[in-house]
Amino acid sequence: MIAVFALVMGVLFGAGLYVAGMTNPAKVQGFLDISGAWDPSLIFVMAAGIPVAWVGYQLMKRRGHTLTTMPMLEIPQGVVDRPLVVGSVLFGAGWGIGGFCPGPGVASLLLEPATAGVFVIAMIAGMLIHDRKGKTANA
Amino acid sequence: MTEFTPVAGAVGGVLIGLSAALGYLALGKVTGISGIIGRGLTGAFGHQNWGLWFLIGLIVTPWVVHQIAPSEHGFQAPGTAAVIAAGLLVGYGTRMGSGCTSGHGICGMARISVRSIVATMIFVGAGVVTVAVMRHVFGVFG
Repeated sequence: MIAVFALVMGVLFGAGLYVAGMTNPAKVQGFLDISGAWDPSLIFVMAAGIPVAWVGYQLMKRRGHTLTTMPMLEIPQGVVDRPLVVGSVLFGAGWGIGGFCPGPGVASLLLEPATAGVFVIAMIAGMLIHDRKGKTANA
Repeated sequence: MTEFTPVAGAVGGVLIGLSAALGYLALGKVTGISGIIGRGLTGAFGHQNWGLWFLIGLIVTPWVVHQIAPSEHGFQAPGTAAVIAAGLLVGYGTRMGSGCTSGHGICGMARISVRSIVATMIFVGAGVVTVAVMRHVFGVFG
């Protein structure tokens, strides 16, 4: 059942990104270009998506357990620290330069393999560079 | 320049929200793409490899929908050098900041996490500044 739920989640997410137009990097850049030819469509993606996700979170909490054998999420309210701030600045800069965030990059792999493939490989490289650096620092 | 498409945006947003809602309700997980990929790189796709099943759906579905009902949105991307730089920054930044548009922007905002709200404001702000500098200071991408 866990695999089925996960597959359905991937299908919904992929369909949502495509329908919303987020698989077009120019549309994402148009959303970020508030001082130019601004395309505010992506506000509607978040404004519609967040309340629906909120309902799912509340239902999970009210039930006290999930629909599967997996344990309920428990994340303590963390503090805003330097990695969160610096990481988000770097991510936002990359998002603006390419018009891709991780989801749309992966979701475009079969649609636009040349461009999305280069993006996803570079993104994975960036992740590995970060994780390796962390290991070195901790060693 | 792209067209303003609020209805398509809202419909897409509901679908993404349903995915995130199921992530909480069915799996007790945050549906964060950078987290799923990042953990997957270490071979950790989670219980019953749920992350892998999620990614299969995420990759295949847009292509299938495109065959059945192609959207009007199209596809325009910047040049290869920009895409590589973007990928490196997005990969590094989302690992460092523990999340991206899905994990912080949708899932974290939905559970009113202060960290996610701050992260979302910062990455949207950084994206806005980056595009403004590229387009209106250096004149890149029209």
